[in-house]
Amino acid sequence: MDVVTSQTISVEVNGTTYEREVEARRLLIHLLRDDLDLTGSHVGCDTGNCGACSVILDGTLVKSCMVLAVQADGASIETVEGLVEEEQLSPLQQAFSDHHALQCGYCTPGMLMSATALLRENPRPSDEEIARAIQGNICRCTGYWNIFEAIKAASA
Amino acid sequence: MLLSEVAYARPATLEQALELLAEHPGARALAGGQTLLNVMKARAAAPDVLVDLSGIPELKGIELGSDGTLELGPMTTYTELIASSEARARPILGEVCAQIADVQVRNRGTIGGNVCSSDPTNHLPPLMVAVGAEFTVSGSGGERIVPAEEFFLGVYMTAAGPGELLTKITIPPGRSDGFSSVAIGVDGTCIVNAAASLNGGVRVVLGCVGATPVVVEPASADAEAVRSAVRDTGLEPPSDVHASADYRRHLAEVVAARAVEQAGS
Repeated sequence: MDVVTSQTISVEVNGTTYEREVEARRLLIHLLRDDLDLTGSHVGCDTGNCGACSVILDGTLVKSCMVLAVQADGASIETVEGLVEEEQLSPLQQAFSDHHALQCGYCTPGMLMSATALLRENPRPSDEEIARAIQGNICRCTGYWNIFEAIKAASA
Repeated sequence: MLLSEVAYARPATLEQALELLAEHPGARALAGGQTLLNVMKARAAAPDVLVDLSGIPELKGIELGSDGTLELGPMTTYTELIASSEARARPILGEVCAQIADVQVRNRGTIGGNVCSSDPTNHLPPLMVAVGAEFTVSGSGGERIVPAEEFFLGVYMTAAGPGELLTKITIPPGRSDGFSSVAIGVDGTCIVNAAASLNGGVRVVLGCVGATPVVVEPASADAEAVRSAVRDTGLEPPSDVHASADYRRHLAEVVAARAVEQAGS
């Protein structure tokens, strides 16, 4: 079996299909940001700790700095850019705004994707389930309380 | 971060994966990537080839035998194990996997990756030794069974050598198990951990206090007997920014007693 240093991949991101040739060493976050110009997902720590790069890959929440772009070949990806509904903020995004759940906003795309994944799987999470769902996302501004309140408000 | 240049293959069968590892001595198997990709970013590992194991169906899945024996595919993610009704035959497995890192990491990280990385602060090495797991290691010369106790050889070193892969984890039936840790934040990296099993004798296995899991066999499940057995092993744990060696020795007694208490309850 052959090994490759680059390959053409096809990914669907927020409903749009893209084909790109990518190097095997390219991380998924860089495919999204640098090749597809979807700069909503952020690079915070680049070590898998902060969660600012979180996206939903084939229905599963992942940190896109710990996935190779070639591993996403054929996958369907959701990023923060896909959350808006008919140019309106989603109910979750509106709740983040209403509850002042962001200050600098750097962690917000990742927080929104983690909260989206949580509410999809568990529309009525308990307080502890909300806290554990955003454990992989670091915020250095808010102290988390307003984020927690926003997710609670957006839950069913 | 831009990784160093690396080649990639995603074999569809175990045979192809083993051939790739044999052909490329500088290759590394890529499981969930939640450790290896970060180690590559830090340039602490520089494989020539990544052999992505995610396309090999026989490395996935959980099977429960009629006698209660569990067979775990090493590419099973923590999230899959937590959700598995079969894995509830040995409830401690899901309980411990739920304490590892965070949702995103649990969604991609694998149980095989956890044991094969053999990081002394990982949760699963002491647990696997405590429950008496057996690891099937496959290479070009066939497969062999390695008891968990003999699998962990050193920091980042296991009995799965170059050109070999962990292909199955077999866990015997049993229920009276426990796990306790002191970690850096809830579900964070362990400072000291202990797994215990009371399925025929008292068996405690300590993590984070040496290069490999340390087995302690107290005479009874009594808390003082457990603590004294831990003291008598003469642990020489590392000192670091999170805990001095003395404090780790103290914590080892505490978490050992707690793990045994959970196993007996």
